[in-house]
Amino acid sequence: MDIRIVGVSKAFGRTGALRGLDLEISAGELIALLGPSGSGKTTLLRVIAGLEFPDTGQVYFGNEDATGLAVQERQIGFVFQHYALFKHMTVFDNIAYGLRVRRRGTATEIAARVGELLELVQLTDFAARHPRQLSGGQRQRVALARALAVDPRVLLLDEPFGALDAKIRRDLRRWLRELHDRTGHTTVFVTHDQEEAIELADRVAILNGGRIEQVGTADDIYDRPATAFVMSFVGDTSAIPVGFDGHRPSFEGRAFDTCLLGPHRGPGLFYVRPRDVEVTAPEAAAITGKVRTVHRTATGLRTQISPGTTDTLIEIELDSSAKVKAGSQVGLRFLRGRLFGVRG
Amino acid sequence: MLKEPSAIPGFGLAFGYTLFYLGLIVLLPLSALVLEAAGLGLDGILRIASEPRVYAALRISFGLAFAAAIIDSVFGLLIAWVLVRYSFPGRKVIDAAVDLPFALPTAVAGIALATLYAPTGWLGGLFAAYGIKIAFTPLGILIALIFVGLPFTVRTVQPLVAEVDREVEEASATLGASRRQTLLRVILPIFAPAILTGFALAFARAVSEYGSVIFIAGNLPFVSEIAPQLIVIKLEEFDYRGATGIALIMLTLSFAILLAINLIQAWSRRRLGGV
Ligand SMILES: Nc1ncnc2c1ncn2[C@@H]1O[C@H](COP(=O)(O)OP(=O)(O)OP(=O)(O)O)[C@@H](O)[C@H]1O
Ligand SMILES: [Mg+2]
Repeated sequence: MDIRIVGVSKAFGRTGALRGLDLEISAGELIALLGPSGSGKTTLLRVIAGLEFPDTGQVYFGNEDATGLAVQERQIGFVFQHYALFKHMTVFDNIAYGLRVRRRGTATEIAARVGELLELVQLTDFAARHPRQLSGGQRQRVALARALAVDPRVLLLDEPFGALDAKIRRDLRRWLRELHDRTGHTTVFVTHDQEEAIELADRVAILNGGRIEQVGTADDIYDRPATAFVMSFVGDTSAIPVGFDGHRPSFEGRAFDTCLLGPHRGPGLFYVRPRDVEVTAPEAAAITGKVRTVHRTATGLRTQISPGTTDTLIEIELDSSAKVKAGSQVGLRFLRGRLFGVRG
Repeated sequence: MLKEPSAIPGFGLAFGYTLFYLGLIVLLPLSALVLEAAGLGLDGILRIASEPRVYAALRISFGLAFAAAIIDSVFGLLIAWVLVRYSFPGRKVIDAAVDLPFALPTAVAGIALATLYAPTGWLGGLFAAYGIKIAFTPLGILIALIFVGLPFTVRTVQPLVAEVDREVEEASATLGASRRQTLLRVILPIFAPAILTGFALAFARAVSEYGSVIFIAGNLPFVSEIAPQLIVIKLEEFDYRGATGIALIMLTLSFAILLAINLIQAWSRRRLGGV
């Protein structure tokens, strides 16, 4: 079922957690809400769930206006970051809980359904255990099965893997994607891990300060960022304050050649990715800079170069064979970058 | 025997001290009591128990203590909940006030309650207008027992309320449970062991309460005379045997009840997955 969020605002005291937010989620899609801490991701998810009610705006489930519906009536599945399992119940009883309180079927029918779900989350042998006897990843799978038991119209996950270590995170991520492909639930999940959002989701919505900056596929977000915030939030970038002479950007009065992406032409900030800068001999280059630091990474070298007289720093990624030394003077060539006007 | 490595060194030593102190402080006085009562024989004790006045006093003591502990458990949970979950002006003051019944000399509490609930007192007068007598009736005793037991139930449940995540309730709601279902199926089972502990403490305190009760009770035999009061009366009449007999009966009953509560608790803990 598709979900439409129209002009939703929500304030807690004086902080506006959501500020006139619009979002459309289509049926069966897996969408990620990505944004920095405090950007309103959890609040948005809770508004969809009915755990929080918006001050203004509407939430539609299909054609139904769900804005005033209580959480019990929305038929959603919610997975909390810290599992929120019922620790006095076994795994089986946890999963059966929703079916029992809604009186969905006889005891045998419920047992059969729980059996299916246990199989789906690969925990058949753990049915009689209590949550405290499970690992974090297993607990989160129980939480997921519990949420799926009542056939939710939408599955909402708040940083479901946030409390797990990197390896289990990756496994569970892949597993969730497969599960989604099999069951086809409309799914919204919150994360502040870009890699997770990109790898897992059909589309990613970038939140900032209670608003949506951009919604799109991984390609859209990476290659066609709509705002300076998206550009700098997703992936590494350096920002250089530039002027504009009608054709070319200029740094401290010196114009330089580059491939300009995006629609903006004019003074502002020039955003460039670490892979899109080349180091040349200083003599021929329009922009030169001093190498501040060089360090080895898993894939090559990372160096920070400060061009000109300001404290602007440019991050560059080079092959490990490149010869740059801290303290030396180098030329810079910007292969491509994106101009954004300065806001406000 | 020792389940987990412990911060206290030397199980043998620690266990020895535990036994020694328990023996010295708890068991020694109690066995003096038992020895003293032994002279009565089982017959004698049963005869004392079936004396109508003694029987009535025991019924009043245990019955009212039970009722008071139940009421305290309900309101203790409520108060602990409100104190932890909500912030409101004066919360700290109320939180501190919860301990007052515990800290007050029982006689002070007794006089205060008697004055308040006497037919001439503020509240007593109010109820008297509707023909309800509180002071000098079992109702008065009940109020005194509720008063002294409350801190126990609040303080045992409070840390648990703070610990239980609000998300657990939300999870229950997202799965379609009404507030009542959430309360009965999720919250109460989680709190059950702590509620039972609070109940046991409040009950024990109420059974043994003397000071705060005698002023408000009126001490009418068969109506508002509690067992500890009867013990005092027997002592004043130099009937030491009779006093010890009642004491032994109270001891046995209390111990049986506390043991039963402990067993229920162990059972409900096990349901929580072995805390
Ligand atoms: N119950 C609340 N009471 C008061 N303020 C709140 C409450 N919930 C959220 N806020 C505020 O609303 C804003 C958005 O919070 P939200 O939890 O939605 O952020 P988030 O994007 O989920 O952040 P994180 O990544 O840290 O989880 C924050 O400024 C937060 O302090
Ligand atoms: Mg959050």
